[in-house]
Order: sequence, then C-alpha cells, then structure tokens
Amino acid sequence: MNPTLSAVISLLLALLSPACAAAPTDPLGDRGRWPDMQRQFYADGPISFDARVRVEVPANAEDAMNVPVAVDARAVASEGIERIVVVADYNPILKVLEFEPVTVAPYLAFRIKVQQSTPIRAGVKLKDGRWLIGSAVVASQGGGCTAPSNGRGTPGWERTLNTVSARQFSSAVGDRLRFSILHPMDTGLANGIPAFFIDELNLRDAGGNTVARIRPAEPVSENPVFTLDLAGALTVVQIDGRDNNGNKVLGTLR
Amino acid sequence: MPAFGAGLEVQAVAADTWALVGHTEDLTPSNGGNIANAGFVATGAGVVVIDTSASKALGEAWLAAIRDRSTEPVVRVYNTHLHPDHILGNMAFPREALATLPATRQSIRELGEAFNDNLYRMVGGGMKGTEAVVPDGVAEAGTTLLGHHRIRVMALRGHSAADLVVFDETTGVLFTGDLVFFDRAPTTPHANLAEWRRSLDLLAALPFKRMVPGHGPVLDDARGIAMTRRWLDWIEQTFVDAARQGLDMNDVLALPLPPEWASLPLAASEYRRSVAHLYPAIERRVLSAGVSP
Repeated sequence: MNPTLSAVISLLLALLSPACAAAPTDPLGDRGRWPDMQRQFYADGPISFDARVRVEVPANAEDAMNVPVAVDARAVASEGIERIVVVADYNPILKVLEFEPVTVAPYLAFRIKVQQSTPIRAGVKLKDGRWLIGSAVVASQGGGCTAPSNGRGTPGWERTLNTVSARQFSSAVGDRLRFSILHPMDTGLANGIPAFFIDELNLRDAGGNTVARIRPAEPVSENPVFTLDLAGALTVVQIDGRDNNGNKVLGTLR
Repeated sequence: MPAFGAGLEVQAVAADTWALVGHTEDLTPSNGGNIANAGFVATGAGVVVIDTSASKALGEAWLAAIRDRSTEPVVRVYNTHLHPDHILGNMAFPREALATLPATRQSIRELGEAFNDNLYRMVGGGMKGTEAVVPDGVAEAGTTLLGHHRIRVMALRGHSAADLVVFDETTGVLFTGDLVFFDRAPTTPHANLAEWRRSLDLLAALPFKRMVPGHGPVLDDARGIAMTRRWLDWIEQTFVDAARQGLDMNDVLALPLPPEWASLPLAASEYRRSVAHLYPAIERRVLSAGVSP
C-alpha cells in the first residue's frame, strides 16, 4: 500500500476510534478545563453529556464556603449505576466526592467550598462502562478553599470532632436521610493547616449491609451535611467511616 | 462636585436634623453604592453624624451636603455597625471624630478590606480611591447633652454583633441603623434573630416621634419595626418548617415567595441570601434531635 494512503487510513481510523468519537462538546460552552477533567476523571469508557443527570446549584453562591449542590441521577437509575464522581473544574482540588448509591436512589445533596466561579460536573459511571455527565455553573466571589475553617477558631473543637447528627424524614419530598458530621474538613490550602477531612462514609441497614457509600474529598464543606433519597425504604440505622487521620465516625439512628 | 453628589437625597427630618435617604436597591454601578441611610444633627455645639455611606465619593458628597446645611464643626461621626454600605465613606470625615462600638471596630479591622473588595466588584468605578477606615474612637452607651440636644447612644445587637442606635431625646428622632428596614427586605449576613427581636422590643418602647431606618423612607410611626419583625419571623418559621420536612438547602432556595412579600424590593434576593446565612444552624438543630451517639 502507498505509504501516504496508509497514513491517511490510520488517521481516519484514529479519528473514528472510541477515544476520539467520545469527545463530546461541553454544553456549558468553551470552558477551558473540561478536556483535562475528562482525561483525569472520566477517561475509562464512552462518555456523553446527558441532561437527565441533573446538577442543582444556585446561580450565585452567597457563601463560597457553603455552596449547596444536589446531584440527581434518578432519571437514569434504570440503566444501572455503579458510582457518581463529582468534580469542580476551577477548584484548586478538583475532586469533590464519590458516591455509590448501592441500594438507595442516585440522589445526593451536600455543600462544597469553591475558590472561584466554576462548573460542577457529576459523572455517572454505569455498570456497562459508560459515563453520563451532568453539569452546572455556580458564580462565586470565591476564596472558599484557602480560608481556614470556622471551627478552627473555636476552642475545644476537637471534643466534638466527628459528632454525627442524623434524621430520617417522610414528607412531600420523599423518604430522606439527612445527616451532618462535625468536622473542620480542612483543605490543606490555608496557611499552616494540613489537609484534614472525612474520606470515607458507609451507610448501613439493620443487617450491617452497606446501602450507600460516600467518599468525600477536601472541597466538601466544614461540618458536612448530606441528604439522600432512601427510595421509599427508611432502612439506615448506622453511619460509620473515618477521616484521613484515622479518626472514626460512628452514628446510630434511633 | 464629587461624583454622585447631585444624586444624594437629603431630607429635613426635625429641627437641626437631616437624613440622607439611599436607594432601596442592591449595590450596583448605577447607584454608586448609595443604598443606605445616614443622618446628622447640628447640635449647636458641633455636628453629630450617623453613618458615612458606601464610598469615598459618597462620603465626600455626604459631607458636602452637611456643609451646605451647617457651618458647625463635625465633632462626632458614628458608625452604626460593620456593614460596608454604612461605613466606607469614613475616609471623607475627620479621623478624630470617628467612633463606634468595640465589636464593630474589631469587625471593620478584620473584614473592612474584604468588604471593600466586594463593593468594588459590585459597584465598580464609583468605589475609586475607597479604603476601609477603622474608627479610633470607642462609643459608649449613655446620654450626653451636646449644644441644644440630649443625644442618647444605645448599644444593641441582633442585625450584627454590635448595633449602635442614636436617639435624640430633644427632637424625638431615632436613628436605628440596620435594626430597622422599611420598604426593603432586611439583610442577615451577621444576624442573630433572637437578639434582633429583643432589640426591636427596646426600640418600640422608646418615645420616638420620627424614625430614620437603616434602609427605606423616614417614618413617623413604628411600621418599620413591625415590617422588620414580620420578615424575621417569616424567614425563621419558613426555615424551621423546611428543616422539619427534610429539605436540603437547594430545595429551600427554590421555595416560592408568599404574596405578602411579592412587592417588597429585594425580597427574593434577600430571602435567598438568608438561606445561606441562617439555614445551616436551623437544620443542625433539627438534625441533632434524631440520633443517639
């Protein structure tokens, strides 16, 4: 075969290969970091933006240290979800958390710190290997990641470390579990304060089975609050986990 | 003529007494930051100023408006509380006359430049040359006779950690600072609602004839106190109900505004800001009722 033609065919094949075919256009427009985010977090499978994966944020964040985010993948639950990876394109620490909705509905609300206005992405990894991406932009004055936590200024914060408060709700919004944990969630980016954050949480039913798993990262807000949709079954009796210093988290629901 | 000077609305309130009435708007480039009220009393033994507005230009225009109405020296300039729309005009006034409550001095020292940055972001060029000035003077609660006026300074709290109120016992004019809003939704970034309500009780008990609220028109009655209290009661009850229903912060942000507040300027935006300020503590109280350690 003519070497030039061979090169052209290789190039065409390369363009048609899954890696290239799976480079969808960011619906948020030309946001400089999306290709990096895709390479770093969502590279291992075909990828598409999917409006059924909803990321709810306020258009303007009043408090850069407490930006409410709700990730709602319930509309794609029937496709079989393995885990959800949430990232913030323009934060100094990109990954926000991972969530495995083992038997609960794929809905999680929480709050994060942002350093500046940024897209928030929720990548839903399906069991068949595909990534479905939902996105939203939050505008913020910023500075949330490099400010020290408020609790650091309160004497005795160590005594209440990892205290769990939790409650299940049956209301118009469904059957929910909401819980908070007292923890500074330090990013390591404030002067002289090392990274110190909860990095593992398991929610268990009465039989000790994990019904959901959350792996928070540094950008999750101080004293984190999580909201889950228990999909009609109020079954969570225990929340356990640990922070990156090995301190245990343990809360039992009445 | 300094920028915005022509736009200042300065209104005679009582004998020797005037108020600067700001726009009932959010901070924007077109209003130059002129959203807060201020006031002054020409006592006969010097001018007492209550608040300095939001920028160097506005402070200069405010001082020029005072100079148009009195030749007495400015002897006292009070900052009612820490918020930038009331104090960033400080640099236009004689430094030795500036005074405020101790907690407010501390707050301006810590937050003044961040406030200044934020106002540059929202107001833009109108903030040119503005820097935060921390008052050297410490204001104390009490009544003093100054010229022909008995001036009572009160140290209250609730809108912020320290809210200074000036009551002119001679004329009956009450300068409430941001403890009272009227025709404009109250703001809550540093609020303690229980303390705020107690302060409203104290204000309501004063024998005032006219009231200059922190934002909104000058009043002859207690409507501003009533409106501020109704707003605070409503947001707190809304947040408590939401927390008991298991609503997350984004759900609370999406709740519709009741018809009562539909025509109140900035009701929707201040409600949303208040979710960020107040909901976390209220939901923590509700959540802590449900777990055994």
